[in-house]
Amino acid sequence: MTAQTPVAPADRELIEHIEERALFARLETVRLISIAKTGHYASGFSCAEILATLYYGVMRLRRGEPDWPDRDRFLFGKGHAAATLYPLLADWGFFDAAELDEYTRLGNAFGDHPDMTRIPGIDFSSGSLGHALSAGTGMAMGGRLQGRSYTTFVLLGDGELHEGQVWEAALGAAHHRLGRLVAIVDRNDHSLDGRIDGVTGIEPLLEKWRAFGWQTHEVDGHDVASLLPLLRSLAEDTGRDRPAVVVANTVKGKGISYMESEFGWHLGWLAERDEANALAELRGAR
Amino acid sequence: MSVAPGLQPESWHLLSLLEQAPGLQALGDTLADLADEGHPVVVGTADLKYSNGLVRFQERHPDKYLQFGISEQHMVSTAAGLATTGLRPYVATFASFMALLACEQIRTDVAYTRQPVRLIGHHAGITLGFYGTSHHATEDLAITRSIAGLTVVAPADTAALAAALRASVDLPGPVYFRIGRGRDPDVYPAGTTLEIGKAVEHGTGSDLTLIATGSMVHPALGAAAALNADGYDVGVLDMHTVKPLDEEAVLAAARRSRLLMTVEEHNVLGGLGGAVAELISEHGIPVRLHRHGIRDQYSLIGPPTHLYRHYRLDAPGVEAEAREALLA
Repeated sequence: MTAQTPVAPADRELIEHIEERALFARLETVRLISIAKTGHYASGFSCAEILATLYYGVMRLRRGEPDWPDRDRFLFGKGHAAATLYPLLADWGFFDAAELDEYTRLGNAFGDHPDMTRIPGIDFSSGSLGHALSAGTGMAMGGRLQGRSYTTFVLLGDGELHEGQVWEAALGAAHHRLGRLVAIVDRNDHSLDGRIDGVTGIEPLLEKWRAFGWQTHEVDGHDVASLLPLLRSLAEDTGRDRPAVVVANTVKGKGISYMESEFGWHLGWLAERDEANALAELRGAR
Repeated sequence: MSVAPGLQPESWHLLSLLEQAPGLQALGDTLADLADEGHPVVVGTADLKYSNGLVRFQERHPDKYLQFGISEQHMVSTAAGLATTGLRPYVATFASFMALLACEQIRTDVAYTRQPVRLIGHHAGITLGFYGTSHHATEDLAITRSIAGLTVVAPADTAALAAALRASVDLPGPVYFRIGRGRDPDVYPAGTTLEIGKAVEHGTGSDLTLIATGSMVHPALGAAAALNADGYDVGVLDMHTVKPLDEEAVLAAARRSRLLMTVEEHNVLGGLGGAVAELISEHGIPVRLHRHGIRDQYSLIGPPTHLYRHYRLDAPGVEAEAREALLA
């Protein structure tokens, strides 16, 4: 199902705000990678709208209170895109945004992958692919066992689905009827060595999740007007007795013309002039 | 639980297996006691609740019991997620599948994130005898010992296991428990207590100190008794905590004994023998160390008692090994 819920006028402003924050996240990603001189542009760009929609339109969070026990949880399976997430956490007042100026410098908390022991607002450390849906299963179980009603969101890369543990978790979460668990697959069709279908095919994806007992949804992962009502409805559906997955169709490198669907930009660095052009292109797209 | 009527009394099946394993009964019972006492315990296993005694926990606390099926890596990562919500997960499976199969999940999701997860590797060492190499765990101490922030505990018997579970309940970080098949002969009386990181000293020895861990404490004590009766002066250290190692106890033994011998149901590389070797060499103490265990090979298959005899890991074997080392 693709969400086509009509958007109320009151949400128009919110959608525009989310889109603006997704742009901000992309611009910050370029800035942070510029500091590190290496990083994951394209993986962050494919999920910028998903992250912005979760953090500005869906998740229950308290400003400046990263450990609020009833907060919704977010686990970043594809943790290598952390540079796109950090600016949003700073926005929530979980840490001083100026700390990002030292991104990846010796001893700095902010590296290419998120570290829950050092960064307020990171609900779980990641980097090793395939673990996050299991850890999210644990958070959803813990919430249920303790009578808390938060939702646990896990953002997975589509390449990450090659990991067998994801499917252990898919089985387990469905068996335990974890209705407060929502997985989002950032289907940008690429992993490190090229197109997914040439590396190890994963389709038909929705059918696979459905066969594992999950409620399935498909959406354009860059269309905030579709993402917002869908993710909200999943968060608000407290009666659901099975986990839900959203397959979000995205473009790897979205927002910078020469990065889009060019798998080489999975990892890279833009020299000064190219960076200026990239920033101009991102800003111009708005 | 009884087997079908008409069968010989010696017959048994999976559900009656636990009757032969008081140590594993203690595992389920102690965790259930801890839950009764209000500790935020949740318990999980990977399709082994009858083999590891956790069915006894499930019977008393079905709402705090989690079945994972045969998905050890998922179980360990899920336990890490559970721990972030304030719960104290104890998850258990065969040591080979815990420490080897789920090694990276232990490192990355549990230890690196500093979650108070308790990982129980049971049927460690060669206790699964004829089930074969896949089920033997003679590397788990080396693996878990090298994971930063992970406490590694190998209790000697049923009472020590219960004591170790209790001693660990409030530790802020993660713990790996290495236990056998629950049939180790008693070393300690019921109700004994134990301090994590503090070895138990059984006599001092000017000739030899046997430093043993887990299942090897009982045979080491037997060997020491025989050697002492023969005029040697032999002491035993029960090194139930392999990490953090009780350095003070090892260094004191190294200073008073002319020979140290580590005894472990594990490869001599990287386990207790490795830990003791590292410590005494760093302190430059001129004492000879003999590491006794599985000598860098895959253990044979066979009934466990036969394997213990073959590898000199029963009391007469430890004694023979010690005599040769003393005379060398």
